[in-house]
Amino acid sequence: MGRVVVTGLGAITPIGNTPGEFWTAAIAGTNGIARVTLVDPSPFDSQIGGEVKGFDAEQYMDRKDARRTDRVIQFGIAAAAQAMEDCGVELTEELRDEFGVLIGSGIGGLNTVSEQTKVLYERGPGRVSPFLIPHMISNMPAGMVSIIHGLRGPLSNSVTACATGASCIGDAAEIIKRGDAKMMLAGGTEASINDIGFSGFCAMRAMSTRNDHPEVASRPFDIDRDGFVCGEGACVWVLEDLDHAVARGAKIYAEVAGYGQSADAYHLSAPHPDGAGVARCLTMGLRKAGLTADDVDYVNCHATSTGLGDKAETMAIKKALGDRAYQIPVSSTKSMIGHTFGAAGAIEGMACIFALRDGVLPPTINVFNQDPDCDLDVIPNEARQQPIRVAINNSFGFGGHNACLVLTKYE
Amino acid sequence: MSDILTRVKKVTVEELGVKEEEVVESASFTEDLGADSLDVVEFVMALEDEFGIEIPDEEVGEIKTVGNAVEYITKKTAS
Repeated sequence: MGRVVVTGLGAITPIGNTPGEFWTAAIAGTNGIARVTLVDPSPFDSQIGGEVKGFDAEQYMDRKDARRTDRVIQFGIAAAAQAMEDCGVELTEELRDEFGVLIGSGIGGLNTVSEQTKVLYERGPGRVSPFLIPHMISNMPAGMVSIIHGLRGPLSNSVTACATGASCIGDAAEIIKRGDAKMMLAGGTEASINDIGFSGFCAMRAMSTRNDHPEVASRPFDIDRDGFVCGEGACVWVLEDLDHAVARGAKIYAEVAGYGQSADAYHLSAPHPDGAGVARCLTMGLRKAGLTADDVDYVNCHATSTGLGDKAETMAIKKALGDRAYQIPVSSTKSMIGHTFGAAGAIEGMACIFALRDGVLPPTINVFNQDPDCDLDVIPNEARQQPIRVAINNSFGFGGHNACLVLTKYE
Repeated sequence: MSDILTRVKKVTVEELGVKEEEVVESASFTEDLGADSLDVVEFVMALEDEFGIEIPDEEVGEIKTVGNAVEYITKKTAS
């Protein structure tokens, strides 16, 4: 089995529309949450979100696609374009056949579904757009990226709800390891801040209703957390076979050393309260990386700011890493950007990559009174200077999906 | 006639994302202006909305160029 490294990054996030802008904001503890503007929030219990600001689709695609493709596709195309440029590869016809795409979305083109459903009921089936189906299916961000860049290797989309970003990166790394591609664009994209999305999440009573104070609404590990805050965005990585990257003199950010997957087999939205599924996922990721609990320096948690989830994840980390868990700093990037669903694992894994590169750990903001049931070192409120060699990203999704990426400093 | 041409041009620029100067009467929507089969469906719907007419599927084949569209719409709106 070969080794896989990260040689390019691209991102559109609620706190920055490039990887560099995101990272500068993240280590400054920047809040990206405000009253939402993409939809009139007044009918909803939760009226706040982490929106992407100042996004100009025409910077990344032609006018036709910028006008009509779903926002989820646009974010994916934009992040992929940045990552392609960043990796600096020269595409030959041979390489195009060995360069794949695995960019997922947990939900798909929900804006398109919402708009076209209105068209159906108001104007009849004859007025529904021929682009409804292509723009709503969750594999289309990957499909369009493949078409735009002429990448003809494996093309897919690992849909695991809020674990989608991590699943896509993990699965793409294994495609390279088993020799089916030399390079992969991998990651996740999501854009579900719309009427139907907010209706559904609010009905689940899963979202924060701290509408008067959006800046402190996403507060993982805090005792007064009251649900997640909806985010949006995309992040795409260039994954590359190590030998291929070295041969072309590529800049190497980090190594994807291990990938764990497991299921809770418990409930369609609630995490298993004892965290056993997540613990097995972590153990698998470390085993595949050839590492143990003693090697882990930082965990970027899934921690969405829900009562059950943050507690169960804390238990899982302790179960997998033992007493050492108390010495490992952990944080939740969602405290700043909200829950970007299918993009979360890719964006938050990118935070791990920059932490490995710079020796700076991003904070969990809005920790005012840490929940005693979430008693790990959560890097409250301020970034920490600390050189690290091994970082883990946790991602979990409705349905009981667990995924973790074990990322290491490339030396 | 010229008003219809102006409005057809506007819809074409908007729907197909092309430059206004490309939208000449002889331009074919599929050959010159880059429309694929799905683009044509959406473009025809936009023409129907713009002019308040119905274009049956079996008549869509008559509208190959910008000039064809103007002729077709002139005929439809005159009757």
